[in-house]
Amino acid sequence: MLLETWLVQLKQWMVNLFPAVWQPGVGSLVSVTVILGVFATLFAVATLLERKGLGRIQNRPGPNRVGPFGLFQPVADGIKMLTKEDIVPLTADQVVHFLAPIVLLAPVTLAFAVIPFGRNLVPIDLDAGLLFFFAVGSAAEVAAFMAGWSSHNKYSLLGAMRAIAQMISFELPLVISTVAVIMMSGSLSLVEIVRAQDGGVFGLIPRWHVLTPWGLAGFLIFFTAALAESNRSPFDLPEGESEIIGGFMTEYSGFKYALFFMGEYFGMFAVSGLATTLFLGGWHAPLPFLDRTLVPSFVWFFGKLLLLLFVFIWLRGTLPRLRVDQLMNFSWKFLLPLALINLLVVALWRFTASWPLAGRWALCLVALAAPFVALGAALMRHRHWKPRHYRYAR
Amino acid sequence: MKSAFIVLVLVILTSAAAAVWLRKLVHAALCLTATFAGLAALYLQLGAEFVGFAQILIYVGAVAMLVIFAILLTRNAGMTPEVRWSKHSGIIGTAIGLLVLGCLLISLSASNGIRLIAANTPEPTINVQRMGEQLMTRCVLPLEVLGLLLTAAMIGAVILAMPEKHGEGLDSDGRKIDEL
Repeated sequence: MLLETWLVQLKQWMVNLFPAVWQPGVGSLVSVTVILGVFATLFAVATLLERKGLGRIQNRPGPNRVGPFGLFQPVADGIKMLTKEDIVPLTADQVVHFLAPIVLLAPVTLAFAVIPFGRNLVPIDLDAGLLFFFAVGSAAEVAAFMAGWSSHNKYSLLGAMRAIAQMISFELPLVISTVAVIMMSGSLSLVEIVRAQDGGVFGLIPRWHVLTPWGLAGFLIFFTAALAESNRSPFDLPEGESEIIGGFMTEYSGFKYALFFMGEYFGMFAVSGLATTLFLGGWHAPLPFLDRTLVPSFVWFFGKLLLLLFVFIWLRGTLPRLRVDQLMNFSWKFLLPLALINLLVVALWRFTASWPLAGRWALCLVALAAPFVALGAALMRHRHWKPRHYRYAR
Repeated sequence: MKSAFIVLVLVILTSAAAAVWLRKLVHAALCLTATFAGLAALYLQLGAEFVGFAQILIYVGAVAMLVIFAILLTRNAGMTPEVRWSKHSGIIGTAIGLLVLGCLLISLSASNGIRLIAANTPEPTINVQRMGEQLMTRCVLPLEVLGLLLTAAMIGAVILAMPEKHGEGLDSDGRKIDEL
């Protein structure tokens, strides 16, 4: 029990050291410090894991010179970033150029405020938590534009336009796939959504949303859209190194570049945390009876988070980058209709609650798989695979 | 509480004024975004969580981006051209401003809210669930009409953006462009 509650008790003890007037402020400060500390550490670990993982996928060892097994590589990276010269182009718009990394990182960090990391371990339980998450996430588009436009560089501007177009297009399937979860759990509060996934069938199979047909489809749509929202491969067009140098980050160096990098990773953590909360049962253990063991709930949460991060890295090492038109077609003609159909399926699932389980599953699976196949076939009908002609590259 | 309100109002007014007076259109658009965000913060300070978050999501996330796209896709994106003010423009502008203010004042004084505040009625607790229920029961007709209007606007936009039939899928040399 102590393992589970020591974080909450520690916070309570620290808050009680102060007079009553200061206590709310101190409480928030403690939460903020913990979140920043934990996720900055996770950022360092994730960069190392990513470089190691990509290295193994590409049949090379990855970083292995700094410290044992290259464990201190993030420290070296950090020192390098901090001591690098901060170059601002002469023609750049100085104020906007300076503000862009801040406008990116601050809202992304805010998004952690509503995610329940463990039992009773949520910084603020907002009534409209899910909406808050997407609201602060939308500031990333403004930041990308500010960075790209203020640099006065054609590659930066191209990258920014790509980033904005991509984020706007994939925000729709992202949000609509979460509406299914809201419909089933009847709440916008993330704590309530985790509570709706409590317990299990026969005490063995957890009641996670991903283990229902609509949840599985919703999770896949959400994860694909999340990949695009966080500009990760195979949707890393905004910073496609082989095409437009570094996208909207081209003219950034030193610590500002590190802030962009950090913003991207924080976005990845936040959206993985949201996926865990919405579809993978949040802080619940993979087997319901494990919830009552000594293992604290936040361990399960971060375990799932790391698993999702691993999938992010794995996909980056596996898939080639998409083209802009492929990206747009994929979002508007395929993901968005599927997300809308998923809404109908979740209604179907809700109203067939009294049916036998097998019949429900079969009906919903057919209702999802038929449009999936039909859409895919319709989109591929007029494709003839032959040598391509490009206007500018022959 | 009061100081927070004053700070927010100052931020909103400053950024709104900057949006009007700044020479570069993109700067003006960014200041307008700051105004939208400030308004959202004002809603949050008044305890209207849902409206505040929706304001950020729609205005900062979508409307501001629309404005920026519109600026970048038109010519003269860098600077606003030098405007020659005519003699009467000041008078006309003031008149239009006063008209808008008058309309707002009339509709505000006619609304129910003022009377409720005057009568010191305790403010109702509004949560997302109650708002959703209201939208699906009492306000369902306006909601549907709005949805229809937006759908019509979207179809119109798609038709405007659709390529001409005869040259479909061909590049400038008349060669077929592969899509996917």
